[in-house]
Parts: sequence; structure tokens; C-alpha cells
Amino acid sequence: MELDVYMLSRLQFALTIMFHYIFPPLTIGLGWLMVIMEGMYLKTGEREYEAIARFWTGIFALVFAMGVATGIVMEFEFGTNWATYSRYVGDVFGSALAAEGIFAFFLESGFLAVLVFGWDRVSPRMHFFSTCMVSLGAVFSSIWIVVANSWQQTPAGFVINETLNRAEITSFWAMVFNPSTVHRLVHVWIGAGILGAFFVLSISSYYLLKGRHTSMARKMFKVALAMGAFMSLAALGSGHLQAKNVGATQPTKLAAFEGLYKTPAEGEGAPLYLFGLPNDETESVEFGLAVPGGLSFLMYESFKAPVTGLDQFPREDWPPVNLSFQTYHLMMALGMFFIGITLLACFFWWRGTVFEQRWLLWTFVFAVVGPVIANEAGWCAAEIGRQPWIVYGLLRTEHAFSPAVSGGQVMFSIVMFLVLYTLLFLVWLFIMDKKIRKGPELHEPAPEARTSALDVAAKLAGHEGASLMDAGVEENDADKSEEG
Amino acid sequence: MDLNTIWFLLLGILLAGYAILDGFDLGVGILHPFVRNDRDRRVLLNSIGPFWDGNEVWLVTFGGAMFAAFPEVYATVFSGFYTAFMLLLYALIFRAISLELRSKLDHPAWRRFWDWAFALGSAVATLLFGVAVGNAMTGIPVKEVNGNIEYVGTFFDLLGPYQLLVGVFALAMFTMHGNLYLCLKTEGELQQRVRGWAAKTFTFFLVTYLAVTIYTLAKLGHALDNFRAHPAAWAAVVVSVLAIVNILRSLAKNRPMGAFLSSAVAIAAFNGLLGITLWPNLVLSNLDPAFNLDIYNAASSAKTLKVMLTIAVLGMPFVLAYTSVIYWVFRGKVQVGKMTY
Repeated sequence: MELDVYMLSRLQFALTIMFHYIFPPLTIGLGWLMVIMEGMYLKTGEREYEAIARFWTGIFALVFAMGVATGIVMEFEFGTNWATYSRYVGDVFGSALAAEGIFAFFLESGFLAVLVFGWDRVSPRMHFFSTCMVSLGAVFSSIWIVVANSWQQTPAGFVINETLNRAEITSFWAMVFNPSTVHRLVHVWIGAGILGAFFVLSISSYYLLKGRHTSMARKMFKVALAMGAFMSLAALGSGHLQAKNVGATQPTKLAAFEGLYKTPAEGEGAPLYLFGLPNDETESVEFGLAVPGGLSFLMYESFKAPVTGLDQFPREDWPPVNLSFQTYHLMMALGMFFIGITLLACFFWWRGTVFEQRWLLWTFVFAVVGPVIANEAGWCAAEIGRQPWIVYGLLRTEHAFSPAVSGGQVMFSIVMFLVLYTLLFLVWLFIMDKKIRKGPELHEPAPEARTSALDVAAKLAGHEGASLMDAGVEENDADKSEEG
Repeated sequence: MDLNTIWFLLLGILLAGYAILDGFDLGVGILHPFVRNDRDRRVLLNSIGPFWDGNEVWLVTFGGAMFAAFPEVYATVFSGFYTAFMLLLYALIFRAISLELRSKLDHPAWRRFWDWAFALGSAVATLLFGVAVGNAMTGIPVKEVNGNIEYVGTFFDLLGPYQLLVGVFALAMFTMHGNLYLCLKTEGELQQRVRGWAAKTFTFFLVTYLAVTIYTLAKLGHALDNFRAHPAAWAAVVVSVLAIVNILRSLAKNRPMGAFLSSAVAIAAFNGLLGITLWPNLVLSNLDPAFNLDIYNAASSAKTLKVMLTIAVLGMPFVLAYTSVIYWVFRGKVQVGKMTY
């Protein structure tokens, strides 16, 4: 049997991008929280904040490493699996990727070294500066990759070169600020913020329930809850604006999200389905519950406003309706859950009883899975809703794969990725679990070891800092006691 | 000089930067199993700890720049070398993760597993880079299919004797380069041991270097075309030879920094030789020169090349600044302390 290169390449891309995308939003969201928490340390000089900052640095490094390792795959895959696409968009898309390398990756990877290895080598200020730079690098990275992806959704600032059969840039800034970039970027950042917040909430709730590191866990919990509540509410606003943007720029995608097969007759609004099962055969949503005119209202502030349905487009231009609908609604439902739970927690915080609500803390321990799924589902909706186009309206996905690659090769690489990623993920969880169980540790005050000019001079003169040797011994002891 | 030429040079610089920087940490990876005890292995890992990730970014940026400046080359080569690139990815992932996880758990079997994963990942990645360079030199079976230049060979067509020889040469070169780096970063008894290896790794390098040179001169007729046309190109050969001699001289005089820098210069010079051989092509077709991809027929539009040049001019000073800061902050000998691998 001939294996289908096209479908296998799609499967591989979905697999590798979804695994990759667990990590970047966590890097971004956690990065912001680390800036806040380390900033608190710098401001207050409290040793607890130092311990918190050090603890999260260790966790962050592990998340970051996974993001880097799985991210290189993505850059290669455009060329290996989607050669026709690469030829078509290289002139446009390539500059965004190259900018990401030059502006973001060097910044992140350089300062990450200071973050992880620099606690005993640089001053607290310099360390804080590095944390800010790594966080900024992660944000830069998201900018360029979302620019590139948004261009695929709403291409702008280009012309088609018919002889070479490719898109060429005519205006760099029109490409960067294409109609969907800003909306999508803001939404991606908010998604990252929610994930970072829920991640910290999960771990600090666990400590609170177990009665460990209580004082530090309360500090982390409060910072994360404040950010989580803010971001969850912001997601609602940003999501609303983004949906309007999709309606204006990618009508087939919006229609698929909402299961709108038929354009409503004049004077009748489009319904807003809360849930349901779109059926392409009957061209209707089955088992659904809808707010009549709801979609019209959300899009145009009028229950009777016309919204374009899928019937206005040829069938071969439809995205997979059910999958777009379900992933989109899954994200929405989770978004509502984030708002509900964070506001409830804020209410108890205001009442001063949040740390007594054990059920709430238990909910937070497991709720971290929610934002991971919501981030994934949101991207799935965005990408599935763009189908059958790889570049909306210009290049079909089925025409974009690599002609030089065989199905067998892709089959082989998929199996290898499955094995490798499963192994990686298990090992990663195991190590994370170990680090989390160990928790933040207060350091004996040895400020002179870190800050004084004497120490630097001693190092320059080739003497090992006594504090460093002590630290080494201390760590070995800690390892041993844990074994036992 | 036109934009296409500038981008040919910039890609060369990115590749040379990658080979020099990641070259030493790949080399340290290859040497990793040869130190005996756990403490020494941790010293090796920590010697590259703060740098390897940044070093790898040079490769990522090289890939991104190739995508943007010469999309035809990116598409043809990446899809044509599909299996080789996948193997490279697995090797790089394994290597990165081994480094990160190895010392997180104090159990002999755990550490042994990741030690071997790290060494194997480093060796396979290096070998594949070498094989890729070998293929760039010999040319590959590409021809026009439906208006695009596509690879029409198989994975095994990439593994000819010359390509494998260049692979082994890369292995030897990075091993030596990593060894010289370790001479700088270690102290005491471990330093004595790594210094003891230098004679062997240098010999291995020299032998493979001579073998590649002889094979190239004997069998690859086209490799000398540009040298005949532009005698000034011989300068790169002279630099590489002087650098190699200086490695030996520095080793004899016990100047590890001189040896390491000379090895870096040698790597840059080899990179230059590759560029001179290819110029103005990026992919040679061994079926018909009409199917070669060069800096004009494979390039993006002039507008894109210009935009990218602006990005590079704005960004590169920052990149060089961070790189220098990081190497300055983490200068000197390795200390196995807190927060390390």
C-alpha cells in the first residue's frame, strides 16, 4: 500500500507542534511571574523571595530545555515535510523566522545561562536583569512566530510572482502588522499568562495542602492568583475582539467555529451555540443549545445582523466543521472555568479565608491541565479553521508538501517522534515531580559571598570561593538524604 | 557587491560561528565517556553548561536565514535529506535532554544511560554534519521536477565513501577542538589527563585532514575551478595550514588558549574553503550543472534580502554583545557547585 505523504506529514506536524506547544506558553507565563517574584526579592530583600526565585529558576530551566529541544524540530519541518510551502512563502515567512533567531533566541539562550548558572557569579541586580531579558526573549520569540502564522491566516504586504509561483514581500510592515497579528498575539500572550499562573497556583496549592513551605507558598499563590484572575478576564475581552476579526477576515473559519451552515434569512439573526454536534450531511447542528441571535449580537451588537454562513462558499473551501467547532468550544468552556475559579478564589482571598478552602486548593492542584488544553485547543481551532488552506485563499495544504519525500520516510519519523517524545515527557514529568517535592529551600545568608568585590578578586586570583565549596557539599548531602 | 553575495557571506559566517562554537561542545560530548569518575564527568558537562544552548542557536539562525534568503535551497536540501535531518534532530534532542537530566538523579544506571545518550548524540550529530558537507562538495542527485529542483536520490546516495570520510574528519576535528577547550576549562589531575589526549586527538585530526585533502584533489575535479580562476583564494588554504601548524606549536609550548584559538581559525578556514569551492552555487547537481542552485536562481526577492540585511545589521551587534558577556561571566575554570549539571 502506498502511504500518503500528505496526510502523514500533517499528522507529524500536528504531533510535533502540539507537543512543542506545551512548553513555550509556560515559558512566557512563568517568565513574567519570575520577573515579579524576583523583583519582590530585590525590593524587599526577603530571603523567602530569594528562595522562591531560585526554586522557579530551576523549574523554568527544565521547561525551557524542552521548548528548545522540541522547537528546533519545527524549524526543520517546514523544509523537510513542506518544501512546496517553503518555496511559496520563504520570501515572506523566512524573514520572520530569521528575525526570531537573531532577536529572540540569542537573547534567551545567553541570559538563561546567567539565570541558571549565575546565582553565585553575578550580583542580584544583574541576575534580575537577566531574568527580565530571558522573559523578554520569550516574548520576542512569540511575536515573530505569531507574525509568521498570522500572515498565513490573513496574508498582507505581498505580491504573487507568477513565474516563480511564490509570494514576495512588497511591504515588510504590512506583512508584520497584517490584519490578524495584533489580535492573535495578545490572545497568545494571555493564554501564556493563564498557563503560567495556573502552574504556580497548582504547585503552591499542593504545598499549602501538605503544610509545607507554607509561608512561601502563600506568597507565590497570591502573586499567581492576581495574575491568573486578571489574565482570565482579559482573555474574554481579547477573544471577543479576535472573533470579530476572524469574522471579518476569515468568514469560513468563523462559520465553522460557530457551526453556521446557513446564512440566516434577512431579519433573522445567527444563533450562538453553547454546545452541539455539527453535521455536514444535514448541514445543521445537532443536540445543540443555542442563544437565538447570539452570534449576530456578539459580532455586530444587533440580534438581527447578518452573519455569513458556509453556504456562501463552495464546499471544497470548507474547513472540517465539527473539529473546528469542538476545539473552539472547548477553549471557550475552559476560559469560562478559569474566570469562575479565579474570581471565586479572589473572593475568598478578600474574605481572608482562601487558604482554608481545601477543596479549592485541590481544584487548583489539578486545574493546571486546563490551560494546557485550552492553549492547545485554541491553536487547533485556529489551524483547523484555516483549512483547506495552508496560506488562506492562496495555497492549499494538499499542494504544499514535499514531493521528494516518501510516505515510508515520514512513517518512520513519526514512529521515532512518538517513541522519543513519550520517553521525554515521562522523564520530564519525573524530574519535575522530584523538583517540586523538594521545593524551595531557604539559603543560609552568605551575601558577602555573592556581592563583595573581595570575592570577585579572590576568584580572579584563582582561589575557589569558600561559599561555593560549601554549597557543593550541601547539595550532595541533600541528594543523599533524599535517596534515603 | 550585491545582496545575494552578501547573504552568501553571511550564511558562511553563521555556519562558521556554529562550527566553532557548537564544535567544541559537541567535541566535549564525544570525549565524555572517556573520563572515568562521576565528578570529572560533571566537570565536563559544566564546562559547556552555560554555552551549549547559545551555541546551538547559531544553527537555528543559520537555518532561518537560509529559509529566508535562499528558500529554494532550504526546501530542496531539507526535503531531499529527509532521513538524515530526522536523525540529526533525534541526536540533537537526545543530547540536549541528556545534558539537562543526567545529574538530576543520583543513580548509577540513570547516569550511565544519559552519559551514553549524550556521547552518542554528540557523535552522530557531528558525523551527520560532516556527511552533509561532504555532499555539498561532491554534489547530489537533484534535477528539475515540475519546475522545481528536487532531490531524486535515496538516503544511501548521501553515504558515499567521500561523504563518510568527511564525516569522520568532522568527528576528528570537533573531538580535537573539544579537547583543546577542555585543556582551558579544567585543572589539576583532570587537566593532566585531557592534555595527555591532545596528542592523540591531534593526530587523528591530522590523518583525516590529509586523507580528505588528498581525496578532494584526486577525485573532485571541480573543487579547484575557483582556485584556478581566483588565485587569491589560496589564501584560505595558507591560513588553514598555518592554523594547524600553530595548534601543534601551541601544544608543544603549553599554551592551551593559543591551541584552542588556532583550532577555531582552522575551522573558519575550512568553512571558507567550502564556500570558495561552491561559489556561486549553493547546491551542486551531480546529474547536470544546469540543475545547480546558485545564489541567484535560489534567492528570495531583492526586497526581502534587503529587509533581512537590515535585521541582521541591527541584531548582530546585540548577539555579539550577549555572547561576549556570557563568555566573560563564565570565564575561568569549572567549579562544580550549586545549580549545575
